[in-house]
Amino acid sequence: MTWHARIASLGGMLPILAGCGGVQSALETTGREAADIYFLFIVATALSIAITLLVLVLLVVVLWGPSKWRDRLGSDRVVIGGGVVLPIVLLSLLLGYGLFVLDAGASRTAHAKDDGITIVGKRWWWEVAYATADGEQVVSANELRLPVGRPVTLHLESDNVIHSFWAPQLAGKLDMIPGRTNSLVVEATEPGVSRGQCAEYCGGAHALMAFFIIAMPPDEYDAWLQEEAAPARAPETGIAQRGQALFLENGCGACHTVRGTQAGGTIGPDLTHVGSRRSLAAATLPNDAEAFARWIKDNQHIKPENLMPPYENLEPDDLTAIAAYLEGLD
Amino acid sequence: MSNANHKLPNPEPRSEREVDELLRIWATPKGWRIITAVNNTVIGLLYIGAAFLFFLMAGALALLMRTQLAVPENDFLSQDFYNQIFTVHGTTMMFLFAVPAVEALGVMLLPQMLAARDLPFPRLSAFAIWAYVVGGLVFFSTVFYDLAPKGGWFMYTPLTLKEFSPGDNADFWLLGIGFIEISAIAGAVEIVVGTLRTRPPGMSLTKMPIFAWSMLIFAAMIMFAFPAVILGTMLLEIERSFGWPFFTAAKGGDPLLWQHLFWFFGHPEVYIIFLPAAGLVSMIVPTMARRPLIGYRLIVVALIGTGFFSFGLWVHHMFTTGIPTLSLAFFSAASMAVAIPSGIQVFSWIATMAASKGRFRINTPSLFVIGFLVIFTIGGMTGIMVALVPVDFQVHDTYFVVAHFHYVLIGGMVFPLFATFYYWMPMATGKLLSEALGRWVFWLMFAGFNIAFFPMHVTGLRGMPRRVWTYPGDLGWDALNMVSTVGAYIFAAGVLVFLFDLSRSLLYAKAAPDNPWGAGTLEWLPNDLYAMRSIPFVTSREPVWDRPSLPEEVRAGHHFLPNAPTGGRETIVTSAVEAEPQYIIQMPGPGWAHLIAAVFTAAFFLLLTVKIVVPAIICGIVAITACLVWAWGLDPGPSKGEVEIGAGIRLPTYASGPSSHSWWAMIVLIFVASSLYIAYVFSYLYLWVVSPDVWAPLGSPALPPPAWPAASLLLTLAGTAAIWLAGRLLPAPGTRNAVSPGLNAAGALCLVAAIALEILGHWGTGLRPTENAYGALVYMQSALSGQLAFAIFIMSGFAVARAVTGRLDRVRRVSFDNCAVLYYYAALQLVVGLLLIHGFPRVAG
Repeated sequence: MTWHARIASLGGMLPILAGCGGVQSALETTGREAADIYFLFIVATALSIAITLLVLVLLVVVLWGPSKWRDRLGSDRVVIGGGVVLPIVLLSLLLGYGLFVLDAGASRTAHAKDDGITIVGKRWWWEVAYATADGEQVVSANELRLPVGRPVTLHLESDNVIHSFWAPQLAGKLDMIPGRTNSLVVEATEPGVSRGQCAEYCGGAHALMAFFIIAMPPDEYDAWLQEEAAPARAPETGIAQRGQALFLENGCGACHTVRGTQAGGTIGPDLTHVGSRRSLAAATLPNDAEAFARWIKDNQHIKPENLMPPYENLEPDDLTAIAAYLEGLD
Repeated sequence: MSNANHKLPNPEPRSEREVDELLRIWATPKGWRIITAVNNTVIGLLYIGAAFLFFLMAGALALLMRTQLAVPENDFLSQDFYNQIFTVHGTTMMFLFAVPAVEALGVMLLPQMLAARDLPFPRLSAFAIWAYVVGGLVFFSTVFYDLAPKGGWFMYTPLTLKEFSPGDNADFWLLGIGFIEISAIAGAVEIVVGTLRTRPPGMSLTKMPIFAWSMLIFAAMIMFAFPAVILGTMLLEIERSFGWPFFTAAKGGDPLLWQHLFWFFGHPEVYIIFLPAAGLVSMIVPTMARRPLIGYRLIVVALIGTGFFSFGLWVHHMFTTGIPTLSLAFFSAASMAVAIPSGIQVFSWIATMAASKGRFRINTPSLFVIGFLVIFTIGGMTGIMVALVPVDFQVHDTYFVVAHFHYVLIGGMVFPLFATFYYWMPMATGKLLSEALGRWVFWLMFAGFNIAFFPMHVTGLRGMPRRVWTYPGDLGWDALNMVSTVGAYIFAAGVLVFLFDLSRSLLYAKAAPDNPWGAGTLEWLPNDLYAMRSIPFVTSREPVWDRPSLPEEVRAGHHFLPNAPTGGRETIVTSAVEAEPQYIIQMPGPGWAHLIAAVFTAAFFLLLTVKIVVPAIICGIVAITACLVWAWGLDPGPSKGEVEIGAGIRLPTYASGPSSHSWWAMIVLIFVASSLYIAYVFSYLYLWVVSPDVWAPLGSPALPPPAWPAASLLLTLAGTAAIWLAGRLLPAPGTRNAVSPGLNAAGALCLVAAIALEILGHWGTGLRPTENAYGALVYMQSALSGQLAFAIFIMSGFAVARAVTGRLDRVRRVSFDNCAVLYYYAALQLVVGLLLIHGFPRVAG
């Protein structure tokens, strides 16, 4: 049994933490950084429980124990031993292990050579731009795709308030601060879907600023990126074509980009392949035609204070058409 | 132990008429005029009552939040309202409840523990308390009309800048903090001077009760920590109102500067709250163990160590901001090191309990102490976990941290506070709270607390971030949140039972005995409005245990100062280390001036917040005038001569210069001002490191020619010389002259002129404060000096008026001395500022 596995089995002894699933759980890791942190966390938790139990047992003894034991505990030596020696020894060890994990993560980031993915925190969504091999930026939003087994550098930025990028199954969080670029290397260790969320309070709809992470086999990822780089698919059905016309007529292109059309706005999320994403509005709604329609008409109730105006005056037919168009952008 | 080996200071029987006179002198005003009272026992109750009211109101907000979070996708509260109330909950709990509550305990308990008749500056306390009550209530009421701040209690920039937080909400936060800054600094002055200079004769520092030690360190920490946030709030308000870009990255500012300033205050703040609570525990444990504390000296070292370390770990709130690994490692180590002093205290208490005479007594105060030990230990352990940087990467800003700091703060402060209520209630009100109801209070609160907050560790690990008003139902958080909500209501039920017990006790309980717990310290001596009849000579740490006859001797007036020799309020001032009697301080009684000053100070800030400028300025003028009226009655001079306090000791009734309490208070204020200035120098250098590209001469207009700062420097030196001469030339008592006040005024004018020249010089180069962070910092230097110059201007005017009316001379000179000490400091700060502003860019560029 490796030492990692041994520590992990120790984790199994802590029933409250065992099997704490959930797509946003730091206890169910699918990334290398998160796994390293998890082991450190288990060690620290075990130590904490041991010390807490020690204090509880001592308390019981000094309150109700036999007087012989109490006499022995009522001395300066207990204060020096328990208050000085014990913490210095235990904390030094723990600190050493903590710094080791910290340094490992930091050196992975320092040595990363890939072009990486730039993620910009917006109010209240995520702009995600993938650098392709030929130096192009493929802009998407509210979803992060990763190749399994390949370390990827995330460049984290903000052009408004401070946000914090946190994908618990993958790695710890790192803030997005105006005027700076913070970098973090992540490596997904198995394919699958997990969820992340903004962790730094960023005003208004902070609670509704989440995203999905989709880790896929490297070859699938490469194929996906190629498709993502392509312009939007032209609408095929009549209703979708009418939806596209309405989309452009209503000025949606002032804020949104749909590559391959006149829509070139950069204020809101890029919608070129919006139909292929797992969610709408930064993991607030499912991705289907009905959700598109609800969002366009009623977004201020679904996600209060978001920066898109509600289009309450659109006729139901028009709304359906636009929704059909957007859903088809996959 | 017997009277034989210890001669009483006043062995002869005393007249009972002395007691009547003491009662008359220390009487509190009757009826509604009670609001003018200054006795620490009266305003202390007001203080603790107000703090507790804020605890209840902020607690009610917490229940609203827990109700909203009980189930996923709840629409009980709106997003905007939730964002407001979590901000107000945190701000109120930290600033309007926790710090004032421990300060209130200092005001209430310290004079009694030190057997002083009152704190050294009774009206200053009353002023600070009233400003806090009025300002705090107005701040809190903003939740009722949608004006409450919503940037979180930490108010991170740039979210709180005008661009992202238009409206006055954020300004109300700055206002609320302004009041607590005033009352905290005033409290620090009181407590430093009170613990160091009004101890009873014989109580050397090594015999001082642990609570007094913890309050002394608390006050020292306030002196160094609060100025950072005072500067931060000044910079933020100036950027919001006038657009000086300290925090705007696009103009060379940095949002992280706010985080550094805020947490340089914010982390020590946690210990500012915890240390006094630990001090209270160190008082209760020995009483219930019927023996002295084990490890007294170690605990004092631990308290000092905690205070010291706590300034070295502010960055642990910023582990996820992307700062370099080396700094992370340093601050991680420092954050762990602070566990050692806490460990010393925990094991001292355990050892003392073990060594108790008979079994450790279990009653309501000790139950709360034991509950504190359990909860605080768990909070301490999770504190070590978050000090591990990688673990913090995961749990930072999640419910794990919410759980952690509630364990530390409710465990570390609220439980000791309730222990204090049950323990010291008889001293403060003469009534006991109910033991039977106390058990209910404790178990409801203890169970409710753990049910509410323990599951949050797991909620956070499962990925739930803080400060979210809603969450989806499929992430494994539902059941945990429901349990937390139930726990919160159980906790609240405990607090309600306490309220019931409190009102029952105040209305119906019978009078309690003088020393119901059989404690050993001075606050349990028989006392009345005037505190103790006579001030005991102290020879040990637990005088009441070591000298069982002490209460009777004190009551019969056999110790020091059994009467009122000056005919007014007074107490003994002793030396700082050995507590040798030095002089009698004459103290002011009830009055209107400080109250008017407090109310109009509050009004001034409130009106400024809502941008009603002219009435605000009028209120400011009224407040300053009231302060002047209030100060006019102080500095009585040596007219009362020397008085006898017992044991053949005759003490003067007046002191000036470095032995006077007022000089000490001024020095405390100068420490505050210099900490503020150091925070400014840090900000200057920090922003230079971040954005050297906006600095002169490349990114901004070149500095004015050296003749400008040279002229400012000469003016400052000339002014300093004038003030020095003014002091030398003070007239003899009973005479007046024109030279001394003339020089005093000239000195003040020189300082104003030096600052004006500094501003004009930069203005002439075309530099503007709104242009970039460099410009803002250059003018900020003058703003900080100008602030001091404003105070000096008023103090000089005051001293000149005293001189003209014959109230200032070579002996009666405190009004002048205070002005002079502040002047010397201001001159020094200005010279350092000139060197920084005119020297640094020339060297670094």
